Amino acid sequence: MKSHYSDAPKAQPILRHTLSVLVDNEPGVLARVVGLFSGRGYNIESLTVSETEHEQHVSRITIVTAGTDQVIEQIRHQLERLVPVHRVTDLTVQGESIERELALVKVAGKGEARVEALRLASAFGARTLDATVTSFVFELTGSSEEIERFLRLMGEVGLVEVSRTGIAAMARGAETI
Amino acid sequence: MTRQMTGAEMVVQALQDQGVEHIFGYPGGAVLPIYDALFHQDKVRHVLVRHEQGAVHAAEGYARSSGKVGCVLVTSGPGATNAVTGLTDALLDSIPLVCITGQVPTHLIGSDAFQECDTVGITRHCTKHNYLVKRIEDLPRILHEAFYVASNGRPGPVVIDIPKDVQFAKGQYARPMSNQHKTYRPQIKGDAGKIKAAIDLMATAKRPVFYTGGGVINSGPQASELLRELVALTGFPITSTLMGLGAYPAAGPQWLGMLGMHGTYEANLAMHDCDVMICIGARFDDRITGRLDAFSPKSKKIHVDIDPSSINKNVHVDIGIVGDCGHVLEDMVRLWRAQSPQVDKPALAEWWNRIDGWRARNCLAFRKDANVIKPQYAIQRLYELTKDRDVYITTEVGQHQMWAAQYFHFQEPNRWMTSGGLGTMGYGLPAAVGAQLAHPGSLVIDIAGEASVLMNMQEMSTALQHRLPIKVFILNNEYMGMVRQWQELLHGGRYSESYSAALPDFVKLAEAYGGHGIRCSDPADLDRAILEMIDTPKPVIFDCLVAKEENCFPMIPSGKAHNEMILPDFEGKTGDIIDARGRELV
Repeated sequence: MKSHYSDAPKAQPILRHTLSVLVDNEPGVLARVVGLFSGRGYNIESLTVSETEHEQHVSRITIVTAGTDQVIEQIRHQLERLVPVHRVTDLTVQGESIERELALVKVAGKGEARVEALRLASAFGARTLDATVTSFVFELTGSSEEIERFLRLMGEVGLVEVSRTGIAAMARGAETI
Repeated sequence: MTRQMTGAEMVVQALQDQGVEHIFGYPGGAVLPIYDALFHQDKVRHVLVRHEQGAVHAAEGYARSSGKVGCVLVTSGPGATNAVTGLTDALLDSIPLVCITGQVPTHLIGSDAFQECDTVGITRHCTKHNYLVKRIEDLPRILHEAFYVASNGRPGPVVIDIPKDVQFAKGQYARPMSNQHKTYRPQIKGDAGKIKAAIDLMATAKRPVFYTGGGVINSGPQASELLRELVALTGFPITSTLMGLGAYPAAGPQWLGMLGMHGTYEANLAMHDCDVMICIGARFDDRITGRLDAFSPKSKKIHVDIDPSSINKNVHVDIGIVGDCGHVLEDMVRLWRAQSPQVDKPALAEWWNRIDGWRARNCLAFRKDANVIKPQYAIQRLYELTKDRDVYITTEVGQHQMWAAQYFHFQEPNRWMTSGGLGTMGYGLPAAVGAQLAHPGSLVIDIAGEASVLMNMQEMSTALQHRLPIKVFILNNEYMGMVRQWQELLHGGRYSESYSAALPDFVKLAEAYGGHGIRCSDPADLDRAILEMIDTPKPVIFDCLVAKEENCFPMIPSGKAHNEMILPDFEGKTGDIIDARGRELV
């Protein structure tokens, strides 16, 4: 494209990256991070946030995003530029990491479907958090793929509602971020 | 020593403790306690503007011409929203500002109270950082931290939103031992290994060029000194962005002029053909690079920037050095001296030969006219008649801004205040107010267009009230000239809404404000009229009637590369210059 503006990036591979972002837990910090993504046209596939160090009021935000290498580098630098951001680690490039997600899954129904739902839940190692004569609420922790698989199966046996936390992630080994 | 005081008193005390002498603002319901605290002291002088946008631009002009942090005080709601354009302007051009906004009392926040708006929400993306102060205990720390954040790292605007009940609340004030943010530590020193690699690359260059920007100015006068030293040591040519003018003197032998869309032939061709580009404190903006896939295709690139996100953002560079320009330049000068490398003298001589060939093209030549003042001529005369004075120039945005950048030559940093990144029409007049306040004895001129200047004309009242003898030099061509030029080049000469109809009589307008008005349309009378302007000890509006349909050249048209620029003696049909794809762009 002939342009005074930057050309649209050539078809470089778009890869999924998981970023861990340590921030001051102060009002508006999440809006800053999320607003940066929408304002600069990056996408968020998953977002998890909670205070992890209460005394220092530090929160850990885990963001799963996708982009070319150049875009991911920009995202990292743009995040680091935010004043309350302490540190941004790209777990995907840093080495092996573990990613886990928690889902609450409600199924409703009677008869054979209900029995099958319970059997499948047990096969996946899901906990039963709530039961009535017409419903269950299961809790499943696992990789996103595992949860997707579980949800597909539950869809056959009366799935009515899902709540997922998004991904929490951590690098393997003794190193910390 | 801690003292008990109200939030409003803390604001004024913190300003004093930070050494603030001037604050630009406009009172309103939600900041009355702070205005009351200002009333009880005389260390911080308040400059009443006529519109909050003017306050922010004035603070920008003040900051950029003095190297200090600019300060603004406005009320909630419309006070804050009117400041947004100025804040965005400061963010794009990296100007350090602290803007204090009043807010409705905390218990009313979120209730759509009178003059309430979500100030921190609205300004989140147009500030470097912002704060809503909900507890009096946090106020002293935040006030001081804001100055640290605004001026450290890549500078930028910081907003502190203070609800009215917090302004009334009492608390302990102590000036913190350090006003540093608890974790924000921008990298100042460049990586030694990378600086070494940069020097090694520079030493082997056959066709090098320095490309410098506003970062050198922001780093302080010392950085400009070091830049001059490095340029002299290496013997390399140097060009600069709009924001970087003055860091290297325009009279210097190695100066190529400004680069980019309206840059000089020699600067843009040197950028296109160079083999080593040394970018210091500039950011490869689209007005600089032109067509990106044809931007300096044969060069290795070194980029020094305090903001890591600027490196590899638009253009891939070979050596990216994160650090403050001044510190990195100091290391580069020291290393170059220590190594005193054997540069390729024949290659450099050949490179200078080619540059001299481009210079001989005389790309800024224009046809003079005995009957009509050419805008370029007006700037030339303004420069010649003021160059031996202590002069500060601000501009609005458009053709006049580019002509000022091309024909007014800057020998020192901090003398040139213009809206580069955001391109804000209406910047120049209030910025001149700010610059004049920072430099009371100096000659401060807003080079303006008749359309831009009307956007913040009300600040003439501010200039009069505070006895600031600014000069507003209007190149009046009765068009929004740059819009008209683009309509000529891109839209078949259909001048849709770009004619400045129903203009005021600027001479009478100046007099109505209590200033002095001058009109000139005769080239033979121009020098006399300019001298009259300079010698008038109060604000002047100079209505310089210039050729109406003059285009600003050289120009790299949309969709073209650096080596495809249009020069002033272009005789073809301007409507054919830009192809269909280029027409879609700005």
